[in-house]
Amino acid sequence: MTETIHEILSAHRFLSGLPEGTVEVLAECARAETFESGRLLLHEGDVADTFHLIHPVRVSIEIHGPGHGRHILDSVGPGLTVGLSWAAPPFRCQFDARSLEPEVAVAVDSECLRARLGENPALGYALLERLASVLIGRLQVARVRLLDLYGNDSDR
Amino acid sequence: MDVGDIAVLEREGLDLLIGTLRSMGFRTIGPVVRDGAIVHGPVSGAQDLPAGWHDHQEPGRYRLEQDESPELFGWAVGPASWKSEFFAPEETLWRASITAQQVTLSEPDAATGPAAIIGARPCEVSALAVLDRVLMGGAHPDDRYAARRDGAFVVAVECGAPASTCFCPSMGTGPSARGAFDLALTELVDGGHRFHVQVGTEAGAAVMAQVPHRATEESDRSARQDVLEDAEARMGRTLDTADLPGLLARNLEHPRWEEVAERCLSCGNCTLVCPTCFCSDVSDVSDVSGTVERQRRWASCFDLDHSYLHGGPVRPTTASRYRQWLTHKLSTWWDQFDESGCVGCGRCLTWCPVGIDLTEEAAAIRAADGAVATRERRAS
Amino acid sequence: MTATAEHTGRPASQRGTLSPEPYRVTGRRIEGADVVTLALEPHHGRPLTFAHGQFNMLTAFGVGEIAISISSAPGAPGPIEHSVRDVGAVTHALCRTPIGGTVGVRGPFGTHWDIDDIEEGADVVVVVGGIGLAPLRGAVRDLVDRRRAGGGGVFVLAGMRSPDQILFAEDLEEWRRSGAHVAVTVDVGISGWPGRVGVVTTLLPDTPFDPTRCAAFACGPEIMMRFAARALVDRGVDPRQIRVSLERNMQCGVGLCGHCQLGPLLLCRDGPVVPYGGVADRLFMERQR
Repeated sequence: MTETIHEILSAHRFLSGLPEGTVEVLAECARAETFESGRLLLHEGDVADTFHLIHPVRVSIEIHGPGHGRHILDSVGPGLTVGLSWAAPPFRCQFDARSLEPEVAVAVDSECLRARLGENPALGYALLERLASVLIGRLQVARVRLLDLYGNDSDR
Repeated sequence: MDVGDIAVLEREGLDLLIGTLRSMGFRTIGPVVRDGAIVHGPVSGAQDLPAGWHDHQEPGRYRLEQDESPELFGWAVGPASWKSEFFAPEETLWRASITAQQVTLSEPDAATGPAAIIGARPCEVSALAVLDRVLMGGAHPDDRYAARRDGAFVVAVECGAPASTCFCPSMGTGPSARGAFDLALTELVDGGHRFHVQVGTEAGAAVMAQVPHRATEESDRSARQDVLEDAEARMGRTLDTADLPGLLARNLEHPRWEEVAERCLSCGNCTLVCPTCFCSDVSDVSDVSGTVERQRRWASCFDLDHSYLHGGPVRPTTASRYRQWLTHKLSTWWDQFDESGCVGCGRCLTWCPVGIDLTEEAAAIRAADGAVATRERRAS
Repeated sequence: MTATAEHTGRPASQRGTLSPEPYRVTGRRIEGADVVTLALEPHHGRPLTFAHGQFNMLTAFGVGEIAISISSAPGAPGPIEHSVRDVGAVTHALCRTPIGGTVGVRGPFGTHWDIDDIEEGADVVVVVGGIGLAPLRGAVRDLVDRRRAGGGGVFVLAGMRSPDQILFAEDLEEWRRSGAHVAVTVDVGISGWPGRVGVVTTLLPDTPFDPTRCAAFACGPEIMMRFAARALVDRGVDPRQIRVSLERNMQCGVGLCGHCQLGPLLLCRDGPVVPYGGVADRLFMERQR
């Protein structure tokens, strides 16, 4: 199983170009998880202790509300990362993450990861810079979506 | 006679009992056979009761057959419960006429004359007590229900022929009569067709005083014990109620909810036949003359719109609606009304088109207490 | 209904629990964002007495009945106010009722914010979203008055949809003038808006209240209350000192119809105001409950 995780991580887009040894450090903290279609990887309100690298399918980011059912806020993937709340306090999932197709994900224990990155600051900086670029990208996209560009002018 | 007394009524005495109640002004209603089932209708004498009829019930199955046996009450329960006598399936709550000058509001009379129920099963007596607590025990009693309950006379009949779907001993509601009955009868056939009678209230005592009866003998009392012990031994199934409210409360994400949802049609039959389900829909209607009415009718938590809020149902899936029904009946009813909502009558098993058995569902959840329908973790 | 219309009805003591009392609309105010505030006075007898956060069942005769929180303060002289958002047939009819028109009233029902239970001198933080301010409006008025008389600080954080949909703007301004800390943010700004943009929880870091000695009230869409309550807890507020207002389909208002169930609660009787810690925190996370 460790071989499979290693293979997934070595080929994973998120990690491409990162320093030598990144894959090994992540693999030490990782386990494989399988999800059926429609299952939640993350629940809003849970402790955010896992950083998922998904492969190869999409995950939807959702939030539930009474009467509205599930709002689908965003989709991630294929082949990207799910989970940002593990990276900073209060370490709590803000949204649900749902697998849209059956998949295998590499789930990295974030406490283990933070400890390893503490021992290896250069690697830590590179990984967090990569994470920041994911964050910046998603925030920019969210802001532009707020414009509701395809809606009627009278609604704005 | 006094409350707590016992007596024996001969078979003919039952006619006299019904006749006495009628002469006192009661509408006597009891079990009658109609459309292949034992339902409720007016009874003017013992001849209207289901003599020789027996029911065969299983999850999703109900059959009646008749033989030569003299028993009037040789069956368990039919689809109708006494709920409909007191909690009207449909009624107008008030009428208002609106003109340019005024709004005049009036409430139609709720009571239609006191009812005497001939033949309420012990589980049904308990069910009426459960409904009483829901509809009359709060800060805002339902005065229409209360008006119909007030003055009603209940003749309970203990069970001698439980169905395979019955589980009243598990719920502490039978087979012997308990709670608020005016009279409780036990039909005895061997050694002479007669009824062992228990007097439950002053009203019951007053009625019995007018009906020819005799004192019980040891043979009558032991015959009754035999009937009850035999009934309890033949009871169809059990529901393990140990920490049942807590079990369901901590298993809201159990995989069993999705599993039962694959079978459940969300048809609401269970809520229709259940003697304690009390949900209702309220709606206002008007006509061109300016009269408006507020109407209330039975509703079901299986209706998709039952939980409608902000543009959609809160419970859009069958799994969430089945979970709501079962957790309410067996768990949150305790939080809301300090007792169980289920009396073990088994109707929801019999009348479910796909035969879902809530004793089996509860057992399945208990067998995998803590299971969660979520991701499967594999060790790396 | 003309201004001279007469309304007759049986006295409240004789009416069944499901029959409304006719009230007359004596005032209307368009708040914006499809919200109208109706001022109601009974034609017969005394106006009903109520506590902050309770609701009435309002009937638009011939259309239907709906639960609406009372938005005026108890004990304030004059009519009882309800702020109604026009989102369906019944609310549409209520919003269109003219002065002099008739509305049926049953109530008051439900639990209340219980502002009298607040520790003396403690800060009060009120986090509201949109029309969620209406059920807290009377409470905030009274709390601002108490603050003037030496009570703890009052902090009002309001999230609105956009600058042209800020509900109760005059109240917010009056409270600010009376010494309350009032901050408003909008989800989406418009050209020229100098104020904050972002969800209401973004206002918390700049709100100088003492989390160790405060009571908090949150009211608005459920998702907003979830995030607000968590943000307050992260800031150090005791979860049991946070109260929220839950909502479900309501048809009778008196615990008889079964629609307003949320797990162990009948919201017309055990709510709508409930504590966050130990009650709502768990219920918020039970999906499709």
